Amino acid sequence: MSKPRVAIFDFACCEGCQLQIVNLEEEILDLINLVDVVEWREAMSEQSSEYDIAVIEGSITRPEDETRLKTIRSRAKVVIALGACAAIGGVNKMKNNFDLEEVKQCVYGKDATMPHLNTAMTKAVGEVVPVDVCIPGCPIDRKEFGAVIRALLLDKKPPIPDYPVCVECKANENICRYEYNEICLGPIIRAGCGARCPTNKFRCFGCRGYVDNPNVQAAAEVMEKYGLTVEDLKQKMILFGSKQGYTL
Amino acid sequence: MSANIHIHVHHITRVEGHGNIVVNIRNGTIEQCQWQVPEAPRFFEAMVRGRRYDDIQTIVSRICGICSITHSLASTKAVEDALGLHVSEQTDMLRILMHYSEQMQSHTLHVGYLVAPDLFGEKSVIPLVAKAPDIVKKIIKAHRIANQWSDLLAGRTTHPVTLTPGGMTKIPTEKELKDLQKTLKEAIPDLLAVCEAVLSVADRLPSFERPTEYISLRQDNPPTYTFYHGGITSNDCIDQPPVPVQQWESVANEYVTPQSTAKWCRWHRDSYAVGALARFNNNGHLLSPLGQKVTQMFGLKKGCCNPFMNSIAQLAEVAHVVETAIELIDKLLTKGLREEKGKVSPKAGRGSGCVEAPRGILFHTYEFNKKGECIAANICIPTNQNHANIQKDFEKFVPEFMHLGEEGLRQGLEMLVRSYDPCISCSTHMLNVQFVK
Repeated sequence: MSKPRVAIFDFACCEGCQLQIVNLEEEILDLINLVDVVEWREAMSEQSSEYDIAVIEGSITRPEDETRLKTIRSRAKVVIALGACAAIGGVNKMKNNFDLEEVKQCVYGKDATMPHLNTAMTKAVGEVVPVDVCIPGCPIDRKEFGAVIRALLLDKKPPIPDYPVCVECKANENICRYEYNEICLGPIIRAGCGARCPTNKFRCFGCRGYVDNPNVQAAAEVMEKYGLTVEDLKQKMILFGSKQGYTL
Repeated sequence: MSANIHIHVHHITRVEGHGNIVVNIRNGTIEQCQWQVPEAPRFFEAMVRGRRYDDIQTIVSRICGICSITHSLASTKAVEDALGLHVSEQTDMLRILMHYSEQMQSHTLHVGYLVAPDLFGEKSVIPLVAKAPDIVKKIIKAHRIANQWSDLLAGRTTHPVTLTPGGMTKIPTEKELKDLQKTLKEAIPDLLAVCEAVLSVADRLPSFERPTEYISLRQDNPPTYTFYHGGITSNDCIDQPPVPVQQWESVANEYVTPQSTAKWCRWHRDSYAVGALARFNNNGHLLSPLGQKVTQMFGLKKGCCNPFMNSIAQLAEVAHVVETAIELIDKLLTKGLREEKGKVSPKAGRGSGCVEAPRGILFHTYEFNKKGECIAANICIPTNQNHANIQKDFEKFVPEFMHLGEEGLRQGLEMLVRSYDPCISCSTHMLNVQFVK
């Protein structure tokens, strides 16, 4: 069997998820024996229009980027949305909370009217084309990336958890961030990160997006127990949860 | 000499973010010679409005995946400046130690993965694995050590979670610091072997010089090869006291030019450069002994105005941060580590933070209302500060090297852009460019 051809593409993002692939360090040498990397602009000079797996990083913020994404989709058998920007829109979606003309004015001042300054509402990849696998996180967890690629090669379901961060946080025997008067999104956010942030004594801010059916009632009860309001929770959900559909 | 040369590199590879190179030479006359930036703008300064002071770092670290620790540090310093917070000596030392890890990570990535293929005549690091396996493995190992170092101090390799206004959420244990120190000591021979390997192909770096202004941080008290503290200086005003970071806007002087749509910067001349070479040119006498040793290997001297030598200055900085971190860990261990609780309450104010990203000086400014909500932000990233300088280099490089023909000139221009270690996703100010078809 010939090795599957993989191409990696980036749209509006910080390219930190691609960096996590590089951060596989020695393990990347094994991975590139299993697949044939045909395009990866950040790391290689080669380019290709023939590939089996397209890995898409970043969110879609301009009409011309939608066109480019649709072309990529038409060429690939499998499309992976890599990281929060691609999977859920990421912090780029905070822009959608404002009037776009006003946003341009804020950043570019008198130059905001220049015709080539072009931006649209931020979209996740799945809002433009069908996506086969979403790898969540800002940035992605490099081990999870390796596990997804291995699962695809073995024709198995990629192992992305559908339970909240609290499960992993409790397993790590952390003291709940609410006990420190912090608002943590652990109860409604998808696990798989090993509860990395609360384990480093920092609240979960939701970079992996919501679980499929977040227990919003339980989250509301947590807020009440600690004398906080649902509005307080919503303020923290703006970072990675803007315009994602789940609202309390 | 080729009479007609047409170069259009759409989305140059092996750089972070998207840039284009367009050169048209007809009958030996240069008709067009441009460095363009088509990166999608992301509007961070608009998006942070309304967010609380303690969410700012979490948002703006996402400006850049490669220098996220630097963005986090600059924004945290700016918030602390606005709220009038002072951090402990321990916090200061731990943050500097964290920042060093990013310099090593980013420089290793740049020199080892992005620049080395040019020097060894390959299209990426992947064929290098077969060609020079021992050196590639040493580069990967150095990159891994830097990431483990970031993990320990920042809680993650990318987008730190241990920084909080007034302090750190989590500090390493003494044992973890001792283990890190041991790893860094053991890494030195490998680092020098990587330097030797680069030296063996350093003749591939073009001989090209263009005097320009070099801007960096400068710390006088105590004199330090600084990435974190101090004020703003340049080779054009090195005899003057450094400019306070709160006045960065008077240094960057961002402006829009009809020729390019990315914002450009200028101070005393029509362009300036930032990055490892700028830091070395202004502060090189303060490099650690190991850093000095690397500069001597390559004959790099203060006053160098060959932009391709930026990668060599980065190698010297890797040696410097490793050696300086070993000393810093000794200081931390001697003083003894203790948990600290910073107390923060919101108040109205405006503050600035400035640190050296691996690719050059970075400025953040925020203004908060009395509830601690951000009402205005301004961020100026290093790559933007380099754009005008890259363009000016192009204008001198193309006539000097057009005898190489289309392929040679294209490769030279790509290497020139790469030498600046651009990080184009840091796109806060960037505009969209019309492609030349």
